[in-house]
Amino acid sequence: MVPVTYYITLSAVLFTIGALGVLIRRNPLIMFMSIELMLNAANLAFVAFTRTFTVLNGQIFVFFIIAVAAAEVAVGLALIVAIFRTRHSINVDEMNFLKG
Amino acid sequence: MTVELLLFLALAAVAIATALGMLISRNAVYSALFLVLNLATVAVFYLLLSAPFIAMAQITVYAGAIMVLFLFVIMLLGAESLRPSNAMPWQRPLALLLALVLGAESIYLLVFRERPQAQVLPAEELFGSSEAIGTALFNQYLLPFEVTSVVLLVAMVGAIVLTRREKGE
Repeated sequence: MVPVTYYITLSAVLFTIGALGVLIRRNPLIMFMSIELMLNAANLAFVAFTRTFTVLNGQIFVFFIIAVAAAEVAVGLALIVAIFRTRHSINVDEMNFLKG
Repeated sequence: MTVELLLFLALAAVAIATALGMLISRNAVYSALFLVLNLATVAVFYLLLSAPFIAMAQITVYAGAIMVLFLFVIMLLGAESLRPSNAMPWQRPLALLLALVLGAESIYLLVFRERPQAQVLPAEELFGSSEAIGTALFNQYLLPFEVTSVVLLVAMVGAIVLTRREKGE
């Protein structure tokens, strides 16, 4: 059995890469994928701790996170498509039309 | 023992490499495919952590449904890479610095401060099986499960309303 600490470290590294992706990329699709990566890192930590303490609640929580992530992706991609239709661009730097 | 460690290290290398590939690649399609590979390796980690149901849900929902949706939208909007815009030139170094701080902080807090018990208990026969998950889901977590269906319904309706064309257009 690999020590759980290794899994937690990997989860922290993946979460950091996801946060970096949201910060430096300007394509909202890739920012969305980075958010998925962060959710996934959190799921990995959940499952690792579930295995450590041998209680099932963490895995149930991961199930709910996956379901909510699916809902979030559906709405987010619909928003991106709607913005692309009105602005013909999806660069987040150009999404400033709420600015006075 | 060592085989499992070797498997873990190889898969961890693949996971980090694909995450970085997703971050760096210019083409959004390549990013999506890198992310699919990353999600698949994480599913193997779930199998190693004796969570087979979650692993299969990960493959079907994430690597299957969600990433196919991503690829559809990338194709719909055109896969061309965005032209680089230098709206905020100081942003990228600052983002790198902040991400480094975040990574160091989280690793310090999770690994060095919080010590989970070193000896992992051996899992029972049925731990993490679909049977155990189903029993917990439909007894203890029945209300959250039903609320999840409402969340999915609202997301479905929301996506349809957002992308619907008005009659006048």
